[in-house]
Amino acid sequence: MGELIVNTSGGAPIPLTAYLIVSLIMFFAGIYGFFTRKNLILILISIELILNSVDINFAAFNRYLFPDRMEGLFYALFVIAISACETAVAIAIVINVYRKFGNTEVDNIQQMKN
Amino acid sequence: MTQQIIFSILAIAIALFSVLAVTSKRIIRSAIYLLFVLLATAGLFLMLNYHFLFAVQVTVYAGGIMVLFIMAIFLTHKPGKIMERRTNLKLILSMLLSSGGLVLCGYIILRNVTRTYNYLKVSEMNMQDIGHAMMGTGKYQFLLPFEAISLLLLTCIIGAIMIARKEKNIETNDNKDLDHQ
Amino acid sequence: MDYTLLILLLPLCSFLFIGLSGTKLKPAVAGIVGTLSLTAVTLLSYYTAYDYFSSQNISGVWQTLTPYNLTWLHVGEKLHIDLGILLDPISVLMLVVISTVSLMVHIYSMGYMKGEKGFQRYYAFLSLFTFSMLGLVLATNIFQMYIFWELVGVSSYLLIGFYYTKPAAVAASKKAFIVTRFADFFFLIGILVLSYFTQTFDFEALLTGDGSILSGAMGSTFIGASALTWAMALIFIGAAGKSAMFPLHIWLPDAMEGPTPVSALIHAATMVVAGVYLVARMFPIYIGFTPEVLQGIAYVGAFTAMFAAVIAIVQTDIKRVLAFSTISQIGFMMVALGVSTSMQLAEHEHGGLGYMASMFHLFTHAMFKSLLFLGAGSIIHAVHSNEMADMGGLRKYMPITHITFLIACLAIAGIPPFSGFVSKDEIMTAAYGFGTGMGIWMTITAGLTAFYMFRLYYRIFWNKEYEVHGGHLPHESPRSMTFPLMFLALLTLVGGFIPFGKFVTADHTQYTIHLDTTIAIVSVVVALAAIGLATLLYRKENDQPARLAVRVEGLYKAAYHRFYIDEVYQFITRKIIFNGISRPFAWFDRHVIDGAINGLGWITLRTSEAVKGFQSGNVQWYAWVFLFATLLITFLTIIFTH
Repeated sequence: MGELIVNTSGGAPIPLTAYLIVSLIMFFAGIYGFFTRKNLILILISIELILNSVDINFAAFNRYLFPDRMEGLFYALFVIAISACETAVAIAIVINVYRKFGNTEVDNIQQMKN
Repeated sequence: MTQQIIFSILAIAIALFSVLAVTSKRIIRSAIYLLFVLLATAGLFLMLNYHFLFAVQVTVYAGGIMVLFIMAIFLTHKPGKIMERRTNLKLILSMLLSSGGLVLCGYIILRNVTRTYNYLKVSEMNMQDIGHAMMGTGKYQFLLPFEAISLLLLTCIIGAIMIARKEKNIETNDNKDLDHQ
Repeated sequence: MDYTLLILLLPLCSFLFIGLSGTKLKPAVAGIVGTLSLTAVTLLSYYTAYDYFSSQNISGVWQTLTPYNLTWLHVGEKLHIDLGILLDPISVLMLVVISTVSLMVHIYSMGYMKGEKGFQRYYAFLSLFTFSMLGLVLATNIFQMYIFWELVGVSSYLLIGFYYTKPAAVAASKKAFIVTRFADFFFLIGILVLSYFTQTFDFEALLTGDGSILSGAMGSTFIGASALTWAMALIFIGAAGKSAMFPLHIWLPDAMEGPTPVSALIHAATMVVAGVYLVARMFPIYIGFTPEVLQGIAYVGAFTAMFAAVIAIVQTDIKRVLAFSTISQIGFMMVALGVSTSMQLAEHEHGGLGYMASMFHLFTHAMFKSLLFLGAGSIIHAVHSNEMADMGGLRKYMPITHITFLIACLAIAGIPPFSGFVSKDEIMTAAYGFGTGMGIWMTITAGLTAFYMFRLYYRIFWNKEYEVHGGHLPHESPRSMTFPLMFLALLTLVGGFIPFGKFVTADHTQYTIHLDTTIAIVSVVVALAAIGLATLLYRKENDQPARLAVRVEGLYKAAYHRFYIDEVYQFITRKIIFNGISRPFAWFDRHVIDGAINGLGWITLRTSEAVKGFQSGNVQWYAWVFLFATLLITFLTIIFTH
């Protein structure tokens, strides 16, 4: 299994890779859900999972590799904010789709076909 | 020791609930599982000593966005309806790709993250420092993104309202009837 | 002798002129243009003959001249195809024959084809034919001869199928072309085999000299016979096709569907003797190196002559009688060539007599056979029917036709002093020199010839009184038609007296013809007996012929149906070749080859249908592809950097 991260002092209770693996699982669960689900809202939920995993990544790297800096923190912060905006607009669109088609299946919005 | 136990619980929760969220049959359950995932993530943030981030996560994500989702779900679905799942080629392909990607990225992580680091036991971040960084205009300070995001939020609000409002009916029929009389 | 080029060019020019102007020319103008051009050609041919025979005799041997021989095409390192003009006794002879008969036909057609639709086209094709035939006889090398051989076939096709709205005519022209083309396939193979070994097409190189050039061909063998034998046999097959030898004779009777002047020109006097001419041209090789092929030629000719004569006895269409008569007479010519045993023809060496006799008979036959056909045309023109049953007693109404026809019949029967007698007698002498059996066979055939010709004569001009159809009596043909008849009759009368041996012999020396009294008396007696029998049976109307026919009913029926050879051909082609070979090929072509091409189209269509799905409008699918590509690139990067 290759080389694990070696820590030189104090010993971290939890290795960095653990955080990364967790976020990885969440990321690919989100991707799987994005590809597979038919309902628009479920697709949005999957997107939320993806964004969340990215947050964990930023925070973990920031904490472990650059403890005195704050960039990771802020990026995670801004990602949360932006995700909120995007969710709001997406829900508005979903409402519209629902009004037009009566359901929120993603197959309804295939006007770019062929 | 305790840290590791808590971490394991949180990690298992995240993994389990995220997989369940994307594979469950009922949509409300998916939303609830997502809520649990978000809360567990907040817990992870706490373990990393990012208290502010933890607070923001809970309030904005778990509090605001989830409520938004649940409202949207109630607006557009009959409650309790079973979601059908895709059973065709797409499922298999997605499964393959996801697991393949998982393996690939896992391999990359485990092989390549070799940098040594010092794990410093630091105390929690000072709120004032965060505030200064957020509102400052110097190097490594985030006033500009902050303002940009506020603008973005404004745009989103307006956009969402525009998209989602009902269309007005044009009342020409009544006018015509009045004229003829 | 450079003017000889005009002999070739004039008919070509008149063909192009009349052919391209087409119906813009008035019919009379087209006819006059064609006839004038042919008159010029005839005069030039006569002059060439005069010039050649009066000046080219050097120490008793006629020289071979080549005024033109231009290299046209190079094939390989040493082979080249030339175009040129060769003058030697037989080619000059053929010049005279072709141009005379063609001119007579041109004049005759002015009257016969008057008012026909396509008059201009007819004259254009006549000029084309004359050009092709002249080119054939003047060829300096065998490939040029082949080129013009094919051209002659094409002209024949065009002329036989002149009445293209008549299905019988179209079928006949196709049959003629296909049968001769089939024979020409073998001819071509023969040429190729020969030229492969000898590395030349040229006649002078092949025929003169000591024959060392043929040693290569003689050396290699193939299934027991040398390559040279194969080549010469194949060349003969080509000649047999064009000259309607058995079993390739089937096209000639059907070719009578064309206008009668065409039959006179092509199928009596000129095209059909092209085969004889070819064998005569290649004679030095046949005689010197492949005498066994020559013997085969003699047997084929003899069989054909008898076969055709038997069929001619029972035919009722006058043109068919004449057609089978032609086949029989060409058989005579082939026999004469075949029975030769050497090239020499001198006072004590008669081996080359057959060659001279064959050429002489070619000359005289051209005259009287074209006279017979033109006379038949005159009769058909007056009576509007080809069948003997519609004729009878015509001597009262058509005196000129009657007399000229009688002269021709006497000539072909071999009655002295007409020309046919002399030439046929020489053939008989040569045949007896080969073997008594052959001599007797040919004498019997000559008797049959006299019999059926006089049967024809009596049935047309005597026999019964003419039954008037349609109200008008038959009348003599116009001057344009009777003039050629009279001219040809004149030639038939005097032709026998030409000292032919002085002009045409195999080794180009001079020979004085003398008659073998025994053979002459025998053949005259046989001919007179046959004529007497015919007079008995046909001069006055009676039922004797019918009763005789009943007595030999099976044979009669078989002969009437030309011994069912056509049916055999139909069977072979339909059942065996079409079903066995053509059908599988057609199936293969339609299903395998077309199927492959269609399959390509189908594959393209299916692939595009499948690829179409990529643009599905489905966002998830797009994202999938995106992610897939990204992961793939990542994966490849890892692979290639470790």
